[in-house]
Amino acid sequence: MPHDHHDHDHLSPSGHPYREDQDGPLSYHQQMEIAVRELLVEKGVTTKAEIAAQITAMDNRSPAIGASIVAKAWTDADFKARLLASGSATCAEMDVPVEAMELIVVENTPDTHNVVVCTLCSCYPRNILGLPPDWYKQREYRSRAVREPRKVLSEFGLDLADDVRVQVHDSTADMRYLVLPMRPEGTKGWSEDQLAAIVGRDSMIGAAVPQA
Amino acid sequence: MTETSSPAIATGAPVRLKSIAPPGHVRCPWYLRGKTGVIERDLGLTGNPETLAYGVEAQQIRLYRVRFTMKDIWGDDADPASDTLDAEIFENWLEPTHAS
Repeated sequence: MPHDHHDHDHLSPSGHPYREDQDGPLSYHQQMEIAVRELLVEKGVTTKAEIAAQITAMDNRSPAIGASIVAKAWTDADFKARLLASGSATCAEMDVPVEAMELIVVENTPDTHNVVVCTLCSCYPRNILGLPPDWYKQREYRSRAVREPRKVLSEFGLDLADDVRVQVHDSTADMRYLVLPMRPEGTKGWSEDQLAAIVGRDSMIGAAVPQA
Repeated sequence: MTETSSPAIATGAPVRLKSIAPPGHVRCPWYLRGKTGVIERDLGLTGNPETLAYGVEAQQIRLYRVRFTMKDIWGDDADPASDTLDAEIFENWLEPTHAS
């Protein structure tokens, strides 16, 4: 047996716990969402197919999009210069629309490490990185990243040298932020695809750095 | 649509965030109110979200990125004091540093 658990009463045949069915009454906001959605469809403002397509598009966004942007910036100096000067317009070149006022790309250097947080809510560049990780939305990260960013980064496994300035970006309004990490040593001659494969989500938020 | 009458604040100019606690939907983090920083960049005009939140026509106001040192925000126990933080702040939250 792959999973030889003892408490068989609460486990499925595959050995995993059952998830409870959601048989409780709808919450106020669930009812409101259904009512508004049905009205919009009834009045012809949108269609069920459009809503389903939008959910699919949202689910298909992932940090791989951001990684391809970073890899291109690492290999194409002109692209990188344009990306730092105008994030949204330059992402549009790669068919990545950014639905914010502007995407601000912030570059890590030997002197400066950037890290992004949204203390007011959970603003996040979803078009580029997909849905935010749970920790990004939690009060602990949102409150501590602006108070003791080095300690928070250290808990992520990233210990920065004392002579590196930590630059926190509190994404409080209509901008969205992408951290452009430093290209690691030992990646000379790598293709864009090879480079993109080492660019993880957290490194584009500033909570990690890519490793070759 | 009314446009803001106040001139843009220059990059690098010192500004203080108002130390007020108005009711309703406000877009200035509590921990930065009353703190002094410098304009990092002017992000242009945008509808005032504190009005838009109520579904009514909003004044076009400037949005800035304001840079603070950790010492500006947290005082002498910031570690290290020289690390920096940028936040997006709407012009209605800014006042000159000489205001009392």
